[in-house]
Amino acid sequence: MSAALRHARYVVSENPVTGFAFGLALLLLLASTIGPSLVPYDPFASNTAAALQPPSMRHWFGTDQLGRDIFSRVIVATRLDCGIALASVLLVFVMGGLAGVAAGFFGGWMDRVVGRVADTIMAFPLFVLAMGIVAALGNNVQNIVIATAIVNFPLYARVARAEASIRREAGFVEAGRLSGNGEWRLLVFHVLPNVFPILVVQMSLTMGYAILNAAGLSFIGLGVRPPTAEWGIMVAEGASFIVSGEWWMAFFPGAALMLAVFCFNLLGDGLRDIVDPRRRT
Amino acid sequence: MTAAAGLAVENLSVEFRTRSGIVKALDRVSFAVAPGETVALVGESGSGKSVTAYAIMRLLDDAGRITGGRALLGDVDLLAATPAELRRLRGRRIAMVFQNPRSALNPIRSVGHQIADVLVEHEKLSRRAAAAKAVELLRAVGITDPARRASAYPFEMSGGMCQRVMIAIALAARPAVLIADEPTTGLDVTTQAVIMDLIGELSSSIGMATVFITHDLALAAERARRIVVMHAGHVVESAPVAALFAAPRHPYTAELVAATPASVSVLDDLASIPGSLPDLRRADLPACRYLDRCRRTQPECARNVSMVAPGAIHAFACRNPLP
Amino acid sequence: MLEVIAKRLLIAIPSLLGVVLVTFVLTRALPGDPAAYFAGPAASRQAVEEIRVKLGLDAPLPVQFFRYVRDLARGELGTSLTTGQPVVTEIVTRLPASAELTLAGLIVSVLIAVPLGILAATRPGSWIDHMCRVVTTAGVSLPVFFTGLVFVYVFYFLLGVAPAPLGRLDIFYSAPPRITGFYLIDSLLTGNVGTFVAAAQQLLLPAATLAVFSLAPIARMTRASMLAVLSSDFVRTARSSGLSWYTVVVTYAFRNAMLPVVTTLGMVFSFLLGANVLVEKVFAWPGIGSYAVEALIASDFAPVQGFVLTMAVLYVALNLLIDLLYAVIDPRVRLEA
Repeated sequence: MSAALRHARYVVSENPVTGFAFGLALLLLLASTIGPSLVPYDPFASNTAAALQPPSMRHWFGTDQLGRDIFSRVIVATRLDCGIALASVLLVFVMGGLAGVAAGFFGGWMDRVVGRVADTIMAFPLFVLAMGIVAALGNNVQNIVIATAIVNFPLYARVARAEASIRREAGFVEAGRLSGNGEWRLLVFHVLPNVFPILVVQMSLTMGYAILNAAGLSFIGLGVRPPTAEWGIMVAEGASFIVSGEWWMAFFPGAALMLAVFCFNLLGDGLRDIVDPRRRT
Repeated sequence: MTAAAGLAVENLSVEFRTRSGIVKALDRVSFAVAPGETVALVGESGSGKSVTAYAIMRLLDDAGRITGGRALLGDVDLLAATPAELRRLRGRRIAMVFQNPRSALNPIRSVGHQIADVLVEHEKLSRRAAAAKAVELLRAVGITDPARRASAYPFEMSGGMCQRVMIAIALAARPAVLIADEPTTGLDVTTQAVIMDLIGELSSSIGMATVFITHDLALAAERARRIVVMHAGHVVESAPVAALFAAPRHPYTAELVAATPASVSVLDDLASIPGSLPDLRRADLPACRYLDRCRRTQPECARNVSMVAPGAIHAFACRNPLP
Repeated sequence: MLEVIAKRLLIAIPSLLGVVLVTFVLTRALPGDPAAYFAGPAASRQAVEEIRVKLGLDAPLPVQFFRYVRDLARGELGTSLTTGQPVVTEIVTRLPASAELTLAGLIVSVLIAVPLGILAATRPGSWIDHMCRVVTTAGVSLPVFFTGLVFVYVFYFLLGVAPAPLGRLDIFYSAPPRITGFYLIDSLLTGNVGTFVAAAQQLLLPAATLAVFSLAPIARMTRASMLAVLSSDFVRTARSSGLSWYTVVVTYAFRNAMLPVVTTLGMVFSFLLGANVLVEKVFAWPGIGSYAVEALIASDFAPVQGFVLTMAVLYVALNLLIDLLYAVIDPRVRLEA
C-alpha cells in the first residue's frame, strides 16, 4: 500500500496540475456537502425589488430575474449536478462493469449479447439517444441518471471486457482453477479486484462527460424544472438575458460547470497515470 | 555518377539523456572505410554499433547528442553539416539500409513510388522517368516481374523482398558510402546469403565504401575485408579478417572469436564471454570499459587506455594485449 | 474496392435494424400507456382511446412492429400534435439547416485543428505545442451551450461585429430558392451575393461554437498521431534518403497520421450531432434539433421519435462514409480480400 502512495506522490509532484485537480475536487466536495448550509441567501427566496442586479459586494454573482442570489444558487446546485453525475457513473459502473466482465471472462453467447447491445447503443449519437430515453421514460431527474448511464454503457462494457479477457488466462486464475474454485468464484474474487482500479479511472474520466450530459439535457428543458437550482437550467434561464447584456446569470453557472468538468478530466488523467502509466497520452 | 569517396570517423562521442542519468553511449569511436572496401562493425547487443550508424547519418533521436568527433565523407564533415546540406548528402552520397525492412518502408505507398521519390529528389527526374527507372532498379535487386511489383505495397511482400526494395531505395542515387545495419537479421538463412551477395555485387559495381553492421562475427568474416570490433561504446580492435582471427590482440576479440560457432566443431567447446556490459550511466566508468570482464587487467587499465586511431592497419585499445 | 463497399453496406444493416428496434421499443414497448403518450397531456380519456385505435396500439407487439417498419418504409413518421403537420415533412424541410450548420462547424474545426496538431507535433515544446495542449484540455471541458452564449455576449453585445442570434437570415433578406436547402450554396447558385453574405454572417457564430467544441478531439488525435508517425521507422528511412521536408512531413508522415484521425471523426460526429441540438437552441436555428426540443417541451412525442430515428440513420450513413474514406486512403484495407 505504501508503495502505491509513494507512486501517487511521485505522479503528483511530477505533474502539479494533478495536485491542482485534487484541490479543486476537494472544493467541489465541500460545496456539495456543507455548501448549502453556508450560503448567504436562500436559493429559492425571490425578491423582485433586487432583480437583475450585476455582481456586487452584496450579491457576489449578482441576482436573477426573480431577485434570487446567484452565488447561493450556484453553490447549492453543486450538490445536484455532482450528485446526478455520480449516480449515473456508479450505475454504469455496476451495469457496464458486470456485463463487460462477464462477457470477457465467459465469452460465448454472453460476449455476443453484450457486444450487440453495446453496438446498438453506439449506433446512435449519444446525446440524441439520451434525449430519446428521457422523452420515453418521463421527464424527471431519475431518468436523466438512467439515460446517462445507458449512453455510457458501451464504453465501460468494452473496458471491463478487455481487462477480464486478458486475465481469463492469467497464471493466477489458472492456479485458482486448479485448486478447485468454480468459475463464478474466480470471477468475483480474482478477476473483479483487478479490473476494479481501471474502471475507477474510467469513472472519473466520464464524470466530466456525465455532468455535461446532464447539464445539456436540462438546458433544453429535460429532467430538472424551475425553481430547482441546477447549473444547466440556470444557464438556460440566463440565456435570454445575454442579448440585453445581463451576462452574470448565465456566466457563473456555466463557469462552475466548466470548472467541475475540467477538474474531473484532470483528475481522471492523474488517476490514470497513477494506475497505469503505460496509457498516458 | 558521384565521385568515389571514403568514410573516416574520428573520435565520435555520443551521449543520451535519460531519466536515470546520462548514458555515455559512444566514446571516441574511430574507423575508416576506403572506396570499394567493405568493413564490418561487430559487437554484442548494446555495444553501440547502431548508435554509431545513426550518429553518422545524423538520425539520432532527440535524447541523443553528439558530443565530439568528425565523420568525414570525402572531405565533408557530416557532423557539422547544416540540415540543408544533410538533405543533399543523404541518399545521394551516403545511404543506409535498416533492420526490419517491412517496418522501414511506408505502408501506404507502393514500393515503386518509394524508390521513385529518391530519384525525383536527387536525380531530378520527372515522375514518369523516375517510375520507369524504379522498375529497372527493382529488376537490378533481383525482384521478378518488376513492372507489376512496382505497384505493390510492403505488406504484400516477404521480408526478403522488402529488404531488396530497401536496398534499391538506398542505392538508387548511387551513393559513395553505404551503411547496412543488420540487413539480414530476421531473414531466413538462404535469403540472408542472397541479400548479402546482392549488397556485395552492387557495392563493387558502383565502387561504394560499405559499412556492414552485425553481431555475427562469422558473417562479418565472410563478407568484409576488415573487421572493427566494438565493446560498450569503444572500438577495441580493428584488423583485416585473417589477422583478426589468426592473432587477435584484444582480450575481448579473442573471447568473441572463441565464442563464434564457426570456429568450434563441438557444442561443448562453445565458450561464452563472462559478465555483461557495464552500466554506461556510471560516473566512475573505468578508462577501459572491458575491465570488469577481463582476465588480464592491470592497475593502469582503469586510468588510461589509448583509443584505436582511424588509419591503423591492425590496431587495438589495450594495455595488456595478447601476444 | 466494390467488394469493400458491399461489405461495409452489409455491416451497416444490423446497425439500422438495431436503430429501428430501439426507437420502436422507446415509444411502444415501455411501461406506461403509449396511447396517452401520443395523445398528449391535455387529451381526454376518449381522445386517448381514439388515438389507441387509430395508431393500432391495441394490437399485439409483433404486429405493431411490423406495421411500424412498414410505415417507415413508406416514409411515414406520424403527425405532430402541435402543428398538425406530418413529421416527415417538417424534418425534410428543416434538415438542410442542421446539415449546413454541422458541416460548417466541422470544416472550420478541421481547418484549424489539423494544422495545429501537425505544428504541435513537428515543433515539440514550442508555444504552439503548449497552445495545442491547452486547447485540447480546455476544449473538452467547455459546455457547448456556454461557449455559444459567451460568443453571443462578446461578439454581438460587446463588440457588435456579429448579428443577433435570430436564425439563418436577417429579416431584411428572404431565403434563396430551394435547390439544396443550403443557403450558402443556393444563394451562390442563383447569383444572390447579398443573401450569401447575410447567410454567412448568421452562420458564423453558431458554426464557430460547434468548431470550438470539436477542435479538441481532432487536434489531440492529430498531434498524438503525428508524433507517433514522425518517430516511426519508415519516416527515418525517408529522412535517411534525403527527401525534402515536404515529402517527409506531408507525403510520408501526414498521410499515415491521418488514418487514426479519420477513425476519430466517427466519434466526433456523435458529439457534433448532439451538440447541434444545443447550438440550435442558443442561436434559434430552425433545424431539426430545435424542432425536437420544441416538441419535447410540449410533450409532443411523434416529432421526437422521428428526430431520434433520423439522427441515428444519418449517423449510420456518416460512419459508413468514414469507413469508405478510410478504405480509400489505406490500401491495406482495400486489398486485404
